[in-house]
Amino acid sequence: MSTPFYVSPQQAMADRAEYARKGIARGRSVVVLTYADGIVFVAENTSRALHKVSEIYDKIAFAAVGRYNEFENLRIGGVRYADLRGYSYDRADVTARGLANVYAQTLGTIFSSVGEKPYEVELIVAEVGRSDADDQIYRLTPDGSVVDEKNAVVVGGNADSIGSYLGQRHRAGLGLAEALKLAVDGLARDPNGGTPRTLTPEQLEVAVLDRQRPQQRKFKRILGGQLARLLSGDESAAAEDGDDEGADTE
Amino acid sequence: MEANLSGTGRLPAAFLTPGSSSFLDFLDSHAPQLLPGRRPLPEGMTVEAPHGTTIVSAVFDGGVVLAGDRRATMGNVIAQRDIEKVFPADEYSAVGIAGTAGLAVEMVRLFQLELEHYEKIEGAVLSFEGKANRLTTMIRSNLAMAMQGLAVVPVFAGYDLDLGRGRIFTYDVTGGRSEERAGFAATGSGSVFARGSMKKLYRDGLTGEQAATLAVQALYDAADDDSATGGPDLARKIFPIVTLITEDGFRRLTEDEVSAIAVSITDQRRQHPNGPQAPLL
Repeated sequence: MSTPFYVSPQQAMADRAEYARKGIARGRSVVVLTYADGIVFVAENTSRALHKVSEIYDKIAFAAVGRYNEFENLRIGGVRYADLRGYSYDRADVTARGLANVYAQTLGTIFSSVGEKPYEVELIVAEVGRSDADDQIYRLTPDGSVVDEKNAVVVGGNADSIGSYLGQRHRAGLGLAEALKLAVDGLARDPNGGTPRTLTPEQLEVAVLDRQRPQQRKFKRILGGQLARLLSGDESAAAEDGDDEGADTE
Repeated sequence: MEANLSGTGRLPAAFLTPGSSSFLDFLDSHAPQLLPGRRPLPEGMTVEAPHGTTIVSAVFDGGVVLAGDRRATMGNVIAQRDIEKVFPADEYSAVGIAGTAGLAVEMVRLFQLELEHYEKIEGAVLSFEGKANRLTTMIRSNLAMAMQGLAVVPVFAGYDLDLGRGRIFTYDVTGGRSEERAGFAATGSGSVFARGSMKKLYRDGLTGEQAATLAVQALYDAADDDSATGGPDLARKIFPIVTLITEDGFRRLTEDEVSAIAVSITDQRRQHPNGPQAPLL
């Protein structure tokens, strides 16, 4: 019988953090930016069925990178949490802060529990406010930390290099087409300094939380023709309501 | 669950269990006390509560109209003059409810949430029949209360995107569901008179505007003969709620639009108190 090794708590946590970080670094990144009318989510994702960006509630959306089954579980949990809370109290009482808290508790408990493997996911929970000063973006790491972010956030593989690129160029009051272009330029960069890749609309998953949207639910996916026009710099395409009116479908 | 609703603590296992896309099923397993049908009722008692009355609906070219009067009664008393009984269920459908007002409003909230929840979890919208069936389930779970005088009887109307036309479903207290293929339907205490009115006024090929007028005419006739249905209240400026659902989605007519229809109908009825006359043969 072998003698069990003593592993210091510091080492155990560091190992778990390293395990989760490696899992996340394998995936493509997701960029979340504020723009004049709200918050835009841009993910590199060729799948039209498996989403990295989704609606949680009226003004709240969710973006994630990492292991799909793990963040999908968290997304469904978040939708259930938000709907139950909105039903028990009122729609106005569902906030991104509350949701980020619940996710942080959940991730944190799983991270430090010996019986479970840490989730290999990094999440963003964002809420669009009445004005850009009220927009909220929270980033959640696998150990359950919450980071209150401003302006531009990146999670996933090359988060650091893309993040610094966006941080230098993002400014308040960007149009949707400008913000989208910035996000795509960031995603297309080669971390080793080579020539940037070209990303076509088919490789991108784009959604917005648009505070100007008349409906109660501010989340909208940007698809097909509208996405192509926005990517080519046509700012007027931002006003189109698309053909997926209110529905979270293709 | 309480600890969780306060915004702290890990999500309970039920939240992270994959499976159902139904909010009702989730409530049933996680917080059954929140479901209206699960509340225990005292035996052999009937409860006095405000009742909503008449709902009418008619299909027109390119959509469907769903309208309701504004009165709630409790026995002989008018409990509320301006109650709202017609609600959007989602972007392309609406539900109008006759019966116990308190339960009806709660059922509508749950139904709206059920459709939205499915849409968010699945990333797709339920089929029109699917939505109608979810409503059946909810009415069925209310049967025990219906037996004690707390019935809820809805009309479900909407635009079926797959078929490209307006559709109407009516229900009975047991959840029995039937599609109204005649093109119009009514429920509630004044429904007999409203249906008689629409029978004479309804025709194929109506426009949305004409269908809205038809609905207000039918509600006027219901209010004329049924004491529990309220007609247009010109003095208080309380008018029926009229909603149109077309390919462009749900739209509730503004108060000005409905008041224009109601005023022209009232003017016409000054000449002919029984309303428009259909030919004898």
